[in-house]
Amino acid sequence: MTHVLAAGAVNPVPARSQMGSSLGFHIILACFGVAFAAVTMTAEWIGIKRKDPVAMLLARRWSKVMAVLVAVGAVSGTVLSYEMGLLWPGLMGRYGAAIGLPFSLEGIFFFLEAIFVGVYLYGWRRLSPWAHWWTGMPIVVSGILGAISVVAANSWMNSPAGYTLTHGKISSVDPVSVFFNPATPYEATHMILAAYMVTGFVVAGVYAVGLLRGRRDRYHRLGFGIPFTIAGIAAPLQVMMGDVIARFVANNQPVKFAAMEYVLSTQRDAPEWLGGILINGKVYFGLSVPAFDSILVGFNPHTKVIGLNSAPAALEPPLDTLIHLSFNVMVGIGFFLFALAAWQGWWWWFHRRVLMTAWFLVPAALSGVAAVAAMESGWIVTEVGRQPWIVYKVLLVSQAVTPSGGVTVTLGVILALYAILTVVSIGTPMIMSRRWRREGPGEEDAEQVPYGPSSAPAGRAGAARAEPRAPAGRAEAP
Amino acid sequence: MNPSPETIAVAAILFVVLAAYALFGGADFGGGMWDLVAGGPERGAAPRELIDESITPVWEANHVWLVFILVLLWTAFPPAFAAIMTALFVPLSLSLLGIVLRGVGFAFRHTAQRLRLRQLTGATFAASSLITPFFMGTVVGAVATGQVPVHPSGNVLAAWTSPTAILTGFLFVAACAYVSAVFLVLEARKRGQRGLVRYFALRATAAGAVTGALAGATFAELSASSPYVFHRLTGISLPLVAVSIAAGIAVLGMLWLRWYHPLILRATAAVAAAAVVWGWGLAQYPYLFPTSLALRPGSAPTATLDAEFVVAGLAVVLVVPGFALLYYLQQRGLLTEADSDDDLRMAAQVGSAAPGPAAVVEPEPVGARIGVAAVFVALAVRAIRNVFAPGSRRG
Repeated sequence: MTHVLAAGAVNPVPARSQMGSSLGFHIILACFGVAFAAVTMTAEWIGIKRKDPVAMLLARRWSKVMAVLVAVGAVSGTVLSYEMGLLWPGLMGRYGAAIGLPFSLEGIFFFLEAIFVGVYLYGWRRLSPWAHWWTGMPIVVSGILGAISVVAANSWMNSPAGYTLTHGKISSVDPVSVFFNPATPYEATHMILAAYMVTGFVVAGVYAVGLLRGRRDRYHRLGFGIPFTIAGIAAPLQVMMGDVIARFVANNQPVKFAAMEYVLSTQRDAPEWLGGILINGKVYFGLSVPAFDSILVGFNPHTKVIGLNSAPAALEPPLDTLIHLSFNVMVGIGFFLFALAAWQGWWWWFHRRVLMTAWFLVPAALSGVAAVAAMESGWIVTEVGRQPWIVYKVLLVSQAVTPSGGVTVTLGVILALYAILTVVSIGTPMIMSRRWRREGPGEEDAEQVPYGPSSAPAGRAGAARAEPRAPAGRAEAP
Repeated sequence: MNPSPETIAVAAILFVVLAAYALFGGADFGGGMWDLVAGGPERGAAPRELIDESITPVWEANHVWLVFILVLLWTAFPPAFAAIMTALFVPLSLSLLGIVLRGVGFAFRHTAQRLRLRQLTGATFAASSLITPFFMGTVVGAVATGQVPVHPSGNVLAAWTSPTAILTGFLFVAACAYVSAVFLVLEARKRGQRGLVRYFALRATAAGAVTGALAGATFAELSASSPYVFHRLTGISLPLVAVSIAAGIAVLGMLWLRWYHPLILRATAAVAAAAVVWGWGLAQYPYLFPTSLALRPGSAPTATLDAEFVVAGLAVVLVVPGFALLYYLQQRGLLTEADSDDDLRMAAQVGSAAPGPAAVVEPEPVGARIGVAAVFVALAVRAIRNVFAPGSRRG
């Protein structure tokens, strides 16, 4: 371990900040890339199956928002690919042969996703309803497989496997073990569920705001109900998954777990800390539940939990307070969203209605922001908690960081640009929705008139039949 | 000491993807450049609209090529990737800046409603189209001249500011403009916009001439800055270089004759660009950095390379049918771009119908031009033979 401790002299903080902000930005868009297609297709499925023009209209509009978000995600994803090399040449140069493999697979799924987002977006008019619906399926599948691939790369950093070192250089690689390293199943499931929760709650939150403002038509109820149901199904699964993952981390990366739970020294009857700030080895303002951490880890108060003191001071994660509070925020929001979903689920079971009380709608409107906050906190836990390692117990961040000057400059530029990109990716759907609202929910068909094909568009057959207005007024294409 | 077959196979894949990016990404960047020089809001409206319509459906997919290049490089050739990323931090960051700015400009110009904002975002988009290929060119120039140290301890400014690297940067810019203009000629023709066909044909010819001149200058510069690559370019790579030159001249000839065959013109332009990329690849063999880092010590273990090969196979199996479907649906007219929000709004405002189906472009009298072209081709063939004959004997 001594060679590892003799780290480079470069300060890795600017590079880490840049990577963190780029990843923190991209991951939100990635969630929509993974899960938005499923939400949209659910609406389309209802639209076709029940000949429901409102659901069809929602699906159509969501597909446009999806296109914007995937486009911005393509840019921020490209930035990340660059940054893997620009910021961490020491990681890629040494271990690129292993960690690069899952990224290669992800490239394929990204490609497929880009192709089929195009088909889905531009195919509304002329493809038959079910043919169009099926063109969305590859987006859903490649979204999930792509997420597994990228998360596998991150899991590999947490539990490196599948390679042999000879004289500090990778001499052989087992691609399957790299991809399916011990952490992959946990992290990938966690992230995919998170993607569905973020997408579902964010979209539902937008319509909850509409409901709160008194727009309680079917368009808004359905626009709220579909994504909220999907996210609501993911929420309890996520709570269960989170519990399983915490135990995996306790075994696999005990020091990270110790920082998450403020386990200062290896002990039995470890207490569970809620909140609190760690200063000089003492927790202030925290609420402690005796022995509960031991129970969570081993179902027994006498379970031994490994503490922060098990690692040499230089190899302890920094910012324990940040890690612990982020963990608390993630878990807290997870339970909050679960409760919200359970409330609506119970109401639906007995009344078949969307809850209209402000006591429900206000938290529901905030659920999207909360889900994003929970996911970001989760990434802070896993990334800061792994410090000072970039590859757990194999390579230090300070060994991987670029020796090139100028990272502080690129950090500033990236922050400024991402502020603009944030405005674009929030502003564009807002402009769209304002325009839609001006036009009213029923006018999408009228809107199409100038571009109308010669006959009633097959893709809208379900909608057209249910619509009282005859499509006869359509302009004939020249 | 020769590299293993797996290494060669993966390097070949890398160069196929590089050529694809040079073509599709190049056309994309070039479109932005022509946007930049299209003139004021009124004069430039028509070409800008054509550029916009041609780029919109493809610009996302072009990022995928770039991501594939990066991923292939870091997985299959990690030491080379790390060295390039460290030594060439500055030009790579600048090319990345261009990519992000392009994205911002592109996304925003479609939502911006006021003319001022539209102009600003449009200018951002166009200017960044210039930045990215230029700095990518300097990176390639730095690699080809062997100026990237195997174990750099930081930025190496000299590597990408050498005359060869700077020339390569300009060459990339010119080549993008050229490829793009050729494609735009065909796009304009497809839409029956004869004025724009001429407009871009003229620009394609000019850009082609400039590209040729810059290629010549870079080539001459290489003889001093990278004797190894120069030697192989005039040796084993000569057929590819000759094909590229011949294809480039053929494109100029076709443009001059106004013989705009959609497939042949496009394919010839593609060959001109791809052949020179592959010529460069072959000239570097067996080095990643001539002559300091060879393929063998610079490549990943065999299992990784095999896996990359499988991934490439999967890409062919999965992505090619996807693309085929996209192409099929597009050709059958089943994908209507009218669904984009912007178009809907504009149509609603103007209240006018969509542009009609492409008008048929009438054939033009070309008799005399064919005669002159024949002479020109003969001269070109002789010129190529004269230039390269001694080189090929030497190689």
